[in-house]
Amino acid sequence: MNTEILGVIFIFLLSLLLAWPLGKYMVKVFKGERVWTDFMGPLEKLIFKIAGANPDQSLNWKENMKALIVINIGFFILAFLFLALQSLHPFWNPNGFGNWEPTLAFNTAVSFTTNTNLQHYSGESGASYYTQLLVFCWLQFVSAGTGIAACALLFQGLKNKASEGLGNFFNLLVKSCTRILLPLSIILAIILMVNGTPTNFEGLQEVETLEGGTQLVAAGPAAPMVAIKQLGTNGGGFFGPNSTHPFENPNYLTNIAENVAILLIPMALVFAFGFYTGRKKLALLFIGVMSVLFVAFVAVSISQEMNGNPEFTKLGLSDPTNLEGKELRFGAAASSLWGVSTTATSNGSVNSMHDSHTPLSGGIFLLDMFINAIYGGVGVGFINFFVFVIVAVFIAGLMIGRTPEFMGKKIEAREVKIAALIIILHPFLILTGTAISSYLAATDQSLASEWIHNPGYHGLSEMLYEFTSSSANNGSGFEGLGDDTPFWNIMNGIVMLLGRFLPIIGPLAIIGSLAIKKRVPESAGSLQLETPAFAAVLISVILIVAALAFFPVMALGPIAEFFSF
Amino acid sequence: MNNKNNQVNTSQAFKEAFIKLNPSYMIKNPVMFTVELGTLIMLVVTIVSMVSQNDFLGNFGYNLTITLLLFLTVLLGNFAEAIAEARGKAQADTLRKTRQDTPARLLTNGKEEVVSSASLKKGDLFVCEANDIIPADGEIVEGLASIDESAITGESAPVIREAGSDQNTVIGGTRVLSDRIVISVSSNPGESFLDKMIALVEGANRQKTPNEIALTILLAAFTLVFLIVTVTLKPFADFLNVSLSLAALVSLFVCLIPTTIGGLLSAIGIAGMDRALKANIIAKSGKAVETAGDIDVLLLDKTGTITIGNRKATAFINAPGVPMEDLVKASVLGSLADTTPEGKSVVELARKKENATYEAPRSSRFIDFSAETRMSGIDLPDGTSIRKGAWDTIKKWSVKSSTSDLDFLEEEVTKIAGKGGTPLAVSVNELAIGVIQLEDIIKPGIQQRFARLRKMGVKTVMVTGDNPLTAKFIAELAGVDDFIAEAKPEDKMNYIKNEQKEGKLVAMMGDGTNDAPALAQADVGVAMNSGTQAAKEAANMVDLDSDPTKLLEVVEIGKQLLITRGNITTFSIANDVAKYFAIVPALFAASIPGLAALDLMGLSSPESAILSAVIFNALIIPALIPLALKGSKYRPIGASALLSRNLLIYGLGGVILPFIGIKAIDLVVSLFI
Repeated sequence: MNTEILGVIFIFLLSLLLAWPLGKYMVKVFKGERVWTDFMGPLEKLIFKIAGANPDQSLNWKENMKALIVINIGFFILAFLFLALQSLHPFWNPNGFGNWEPTLAFNTAVSFTTNTNLQHYSGESGASYYTQLLVFCWLQFVSAGTGIAACALLFQGLKNKASEGLGNFFNLLVKSCTRILLPLSIILAIILMVNGTPTNFEGLQEVETLEGGTQLVAAGPAAPMVAIKQLGTNGGGFFGPNSTHPFENPNYLTNIAENVAILLIPMALVFAFGFYTGRKKLALLFIGVMSVLFVAFVAVSISQEMNGNPEFTKLGLSDPTNLEGKELRFGAAASSLWGVSTTATSNGSVNSMHDSHTPLSGGIFLLDMFINAIYGGVGVGFINFFVFVIVAVFIAGLMIGRTPEFMGKKIEAREVKIAALIIILHPFLILTGTAISSYLAATDQSLASEWIHNPGYHGLSEMLYEFTSSSANNGSGFEGLGDDTPFWNIMNGIVMLLGRFLPIIGPLAIIGSLAIKKRVPESAGSLQLETPAFAAVLISVILIVAALAFFPVMALGPIAEFFSF
Repeated sequence: MNNKNNQVNTSQAFKEAFIKLNPSYMIKNPVMFTVELGTLIMLVVTIVSMVSQNDFLGNFGYNLTITLLLFLTVLLGNFAEAIAEARGKAQADTLRKTRQDTPARLLTNGKEEVVSSASLKKGDLFVCEANDIIPADGEIVEGLASIDESAITGESAPVIREAGSDQNTVIGGTRVLSDRIVISVSSNPGESFLDKMIALVEGANRQKTPNEIALTILLAAFTLVFLIVTVTLKPFADFLNVSLSLAALVSLFVCLIPTTIGGLLSAIGIAGMDRALKANIIAKSGKAVETAGDIDVLLLDKTGTITIGNRKATAFINAPGVPMEDLVKASVLGSLADTTPEGKSVVELARKKENATYEAPRSSRFIDFSAETRMSGIDLPDGTSIRKGAWDTIKKWSVKSSTSDLDFLEEEVTKIAGKGGTPLAVSVNELAIGVIQLEDIIKPGIQQRFARLRKMGVKTVMVTGDNPLTAKFIAELAGVDDFIAEAKPEDKMNYIKNEQKEGKLVAMMGDGTNDAPALAQADVGVAMNSGTQAAKEAANMVDLDSDPTKLLEVVEIGKQLLITRGNITTFSIANDVAKYFAIVPALFAASIPGLAALDLMGLSSPESAILSAVIFNALIIPALIPLALKGSKYRPIGASALLSRNLLIYGLGGVILPFIGIKAIDLVVSLFI
């Protein structure tokens, strides 16, 4: 078999293999059992003391959500102030970057707080090292921690017999950072540094190029930032070109390490669900359902890229493989795997230009983000998946003649109402956002020429991608779109906020109401979740609910482009 | 229901379908309400397109066709509901016929006066004698009578009703066969228990059930998503300079939203209650029917449900050296005064098996059973005293028996008990002479019914007054999962509460006033119509046939209701795939020729494609009305197998069928345009 494909299979299997023990470890952290990172205890105690929080107090869903929102508002305000007033702090700014334009500061602060890391700026030409480390890197930790903590609350809610306490959000947030994200980031950062990713505090360096000219090369404390960007499904790169930049992703080995890091925690959280609730088989079914979709999407994307651009074939080129926008170090297959990984997990880092992928491959990336639950972002991916499970359980339950239940808890009007709202939200944000920008671009020629560099179907795809990436808190860009304008900064900012917090609050509200319900014992008449039939229902619900809503716009974007080649 | 009746129903239902177009009524069904709105929009577009024409407005003839088709869709949805209601009404009318105006002999201050039954008020007293039709529901306050309830229950054997007993209620429309009774009216005209229930079934007071509400919310969400999808399509098209007609957009919307389940949802709910009614069960609410499908535990009385009637004598076993004839004679004489079913069955067995009848000599003294002696029997004039009773007691009393005789009999007694029978020992003049074997006769086919319930995941519990040993034997024989032996009314209550504490749903059937608390406690309580008013008030269903095995049917009806809803929902959503492939290429065919590749069905023209999809969408509603009314069949094949089966038929079928249907309609439509 083609070595490129073997590499892809290796990365995928390695991620799954590492995710299993990590899932086990995370459950121990969530439950407060003894782990090897207990030496973090004093540091955590200090944090709790400063914050005045009692980590052992179990709170109900509303109290936890209040804590989550208040903390995140705090993160946002601090980030916004730092960016808007970047010139004021005196150190770690060797290149002397100034204050940010307010709408860009707003967009970026939202983007990093919401774990989106959509970047309408370029790191090396706008952010001081102070900003990179203490704003961006810091937020990449705590926003990922927020997601993981929310997911742990959900696990506890599913486990509750009939009590409202879900655990303590603040405790889980801190420990997710200190005991899960930090150790993993250190390991990855070391791998990256060994392979050549820079970690220094120097300004632009002048180097002599092979042709004999001189060039200014940006560096900085990149390795730690790249590590957390991958592990926390953040995607906010140190440099503008993200992991296509040789400093962020020096060689094939780092490409493997980073790609595994993208998938690792999202996969591990699915296993963690199994370990936490004792439903390992169900966890395997969930990961199976996700993997079926994932592998299918990777296969489509790879075959599209490898078959390449039909225009090339017409020109009589011997190798039609679509290498435009790709790093030759990695090749088409590894780029497709990364593309599907990063969009499936709401990571958003790139190792190739998504804009330059063939239309259907780009369509797959969009589809990944429409679903946003194939492994998904750290914590939130599983939370999104949970909403699909609720809908699937509701429909499958009816089909066997029982009022629907999930893990012994009855799914009633209240739960369905919230799940329905969350399901509407994603298409609403994406489609209305894209519709507004399409309308403006169609009516105002000057706006169109400012934003769109590829008119027609591809232009529509670019706008669609930008809103999808925002709503899915992904952060990757289809590029090619002139997006650093007040319109995009503000619109995307709002979409990111709604797309981040409502899909956390909604499912947690469902959990809040399930947690206090009595558990119905399972009988021969109960819906068996660990069966191929339920897996089929789940896949159908995911495809029909998430994908069908976007079929018409896909037909006008990537599909029209594909058929018009 | 005969054919002629059906005809009348259909035209009435058609009228109803128009009346239901009232938006204030339609809004209760969000899916169909949006279709009605779509129809109105298209009506306006059609009128405007008469005078001005552009790409967006489209041409008049086409718009008119789409408008009419959308109107048809709404109408068919309403029609489905109306026809379900009409069927309910027909059922209710049959019931009501038995309650026509009859003369009543009103009793005021001891004087009788004939009035119309319609004027009877709660608390009025009236008299009924042999051959009178009882004019209203009530409780007997004086006397006892045998009553023919066949008009209500279909059961031809008369029943005895007596003042002061549990069996003191009478139902209006039934006929007194003998004796004279005074009855107190239990409700005002039109408010009797049955009246209220009939009104419920007729749909006038029907309330949405919790599951129906949840499903409506989910369907409304889908509708909203597709509204967003269609509305935003316009600016996308504008951006690409692609022309789009409003008619096509509205058609796309109507085809995508789940109109099939939206149009049939309430029909399914009403039909569920109708099915219960057809089985002669009146459900007080749709919720009760729905809950029945979820039942985890079923409490069944042994007598009448699991066994036929009461215990019966099935054999005489004589002690060594005692002639069989002597034992039979003593047994019969000792049982003559015993009016219990067991006692009667001894006399019957003697007559049938041994062809022996005996009469007690005059001036014999009957000894009734008392808690003190725990024996009953007879003292004959010649000084012979015959006693029968439980073995322990008789053994003690039979002081003259030899040890070997007693040992022999004791062995027999143990054998009988071990087989689930009840031994009744007989002793003459303190000498034990034999044992009568009493046995329960298990209803034929009951094991299969319990096996079916077990496959559904329902645990069956037998409630009996028997001792634990006998109870266990019968429980095993009949195949129930658990039993409550030596049950007192509060035992039932406690059992229900314990199961409910574990989160289980419990159903039970009862008739007596002392069952009322347990009936109210149970999640599904079915009262027998022959039961007391208190029991009927406490229950959430009433079985007009007073047939305890009905609980099994109730569970199946509940499951059927949910399954039908689930299957049609799945079908409705699965249909969207084909509709997309019909309409999306048609929408953009002119401007983006490449998208024609998505037209998998090879439809003749864009106009025909859209029309065919809309026609299919409308016609699928009446096509599924029979399924909605009859309900999907419930098969106890296990939850997973059932899910696979329904998924294959309604899910995969729902994806494939519209491809074929739309293509077929397109072939016809293309002949006209």
